[in-house]
Amino acid sequence: MSSETIVPPAVVLAKPIKSELLSQRVAAARWFLIPMLVALAIVAGWPLLRSIYFSFTDASLTDLYNAKFVGFKNYISWTTLKSGRTIYSGLLVDPVWWNAVWNTLRFAVVSVFFEAVLGMIVALVLNAEFKGRSIVRAAILIPWAIPTIVSAKMWAWMLNDQFGILNDLGLRLGLLSEKVAWTAQPDTAMTAVLIVDVWKTTPFMALLVLAGLQMIPKDIYEAAEIDGVHPVKQFFRITLPLVRPALMVAIIFRLLDAMRIFDLIYVLTPNSSATKTMSVVARENLFDFDKFAYGSAQSTLLFLIIAVMTALYIWLGRVRFDGGDR
Amino acid sequence: MLWSYTKTTAFYALVLVIVVISVFPFYYAILTSFKSGTALFQVDYWPTSFSWDNYISVFSQGAFPRNLLNSVFVATTTVLLALFLAVTAAFALSRVRFRGRSLLLMTILGVSMFPQIAVLAGLFEVIRALGIYNTPWALIFSYTIFTLPFTVWVLTTFMRELPIEIEEAAIVDGATPWVIITRVFLPLMWPALVTTGLLAFIGAWNEFLFALTFTSSNLTRTVPVAIALLSGGSQYEIPWGIIMAASVIVTVPLVVLVLVFQRKIVSGLTAGGVKG
Repeated sequence: MSSETIVPPAVVLAKPIKSELLSQRVAAARWFLIPMLVALAIVAGWPLLRSIYFSFTDASLTDLYNAKFVGFKNYISWTTLKSGRTIYSGLLVDPVWWNAVWNTLRFAVVSVFFEAVLGMIVALVLNAEFKGRSIVRAAILIPWAIPTIVSAKMWAWMLNDQFGILNDLGLRLGLLSEKVAWTAQPDTAMTAVLIVDVWKTTPFMALLVLAGLQMIPKDIYEAAEIDGVHPVKQFFRITLPLVRPALMVAIIFRLLDAMRIFDLIYVLTPNSSATKTMSVVARENLFDFDKFAYGSAQSTLLFLIIAVMTALYIWLGRVRFDGGDR
Repeated sequence: MLWSYTKTTAFYALVLVIVVISVFPFYYAILTSFKSGTALFQVDYWPTSFSWDNYISVFSQGAFPRNLLNSVFVATTTVLLALFLAVTAAFALSRVRFRGRSLLLMTILGVSMFPQIAVLAGLFEVIRALGIYNTPWALIFSYTIFTLPFTVWVLTTFMRELPIEIEEAAIVDGATPWVIITRVFLPLMWPALVTTGLLAFIGAWNEFLFALTFTSSNLTRTVPVAIALLSGGSQYEIPWGIIMAASVIVTVPLVVLVLVFQRKIVSGLTAGGVKG
């Protein structure tokens, strides 16, 4: 009898306690999230909106608050002369801007291509069992750990036209017939930037690919070995397809990063129109040329480009998530 | 037999190439930093002369010691601030189910992809309005834009892996979410905190664009900007020896940290990179 009187209240009580606990947790979660969200709104959300707003005004560096709204004038505007000729002006017809867009795209695609190929090679080496593997792993972390500015300066010194060790090495090995001013000449400036960037970022790519390689079960290779499949064929038929998700995500991640490159180019090849990227020209206009609104328009366009690519990245990331391989 | 020898030799040759290319520029910077006078303009592959001159001038001329202090202060404060805000947020995002959670996570991931230049104009206005332009606080404030999303994301992935039983036991004992975080999860999270903190520290230590834009005097600059703007008497007189000495000083602590925490950093990078 006594058990019958005890059980019903317990059942009745259980539900409210659980949901009370849940709502308490959700309430706590809200309080825990607010500081972070406020911080992000102040440092990211609001400044982004203001940058976009400035791109539609005639703001200047010294006079931010009396800016007048000018619509799309910074992006494109036209006047028709009496002769009937129309003259276009603004960002969308600015050859300097399109040169920067082209430089950025060229830099991003070429650097990420080499980083993916070389990163794959380094990752395959690190995935093999051999003596001294930990030394190699430590060694490739060094380029990654060095600050970009420092690596730019180190390479600027190594690429120096008169006293640079790379010119010396090239002459000794007979690869160069004369000393090259790598960072100063328009036709080699981009190559110099690419060399430094590939050197610095390949380790990152290699580590991401290595993480993907280590998830491939070893018995697949054992089975392939028994069937006598050639190692090269093993790579293209087993390794590459299985590591592709990790590799793709790494590539898109790197592409996004390469699209916004600023520091390396600003330090290694200052004032070279052969290497100026979107970030470099945007900052020039914002703070050096006193064309604040015009620079804002450029950064807004860059943001739009990267936003589209980010959406793509997140979408691809989610596809992989639902694919159930983790 | 011969074939297997060739294969082994080729493999180790490749290993050697990878190691030499990775290490050589840093080695050469160290080599250069210990040269002075005319020795600087001789190409040497091995150490031939040794002098502390460049290191002495880095510390005696200009504001470099001050720049170093600025960098340490800015990076440390940024990391502590980000970790403080991220731990509680990561708890909410990983352990509590609520509507809009995945949307929120995607937004945070999106912010970490932000091109810094896109917020530069707006941040400049905010920093001027707050009156912190040309102070370390301008940098601590603006660095939050990349350290916070990163730490939140990595700590969320880490907390998700912690077993639910621990938390249930604490709830049964009547622990509030705050107690669960501080008393139950934090002690378990030291490895993750060290890893994310270290990666965020490296990010803040190396940052250039904001540091260049939001500081304007020698005394408030951080080291990357100081190194980038180091110049000699004239445009054609670049003090390479001093630049290399400063570079080595800035890089050695990072390289030591990275080598000591190798495994942790690799796991943190893959958590922050592959998954987001």
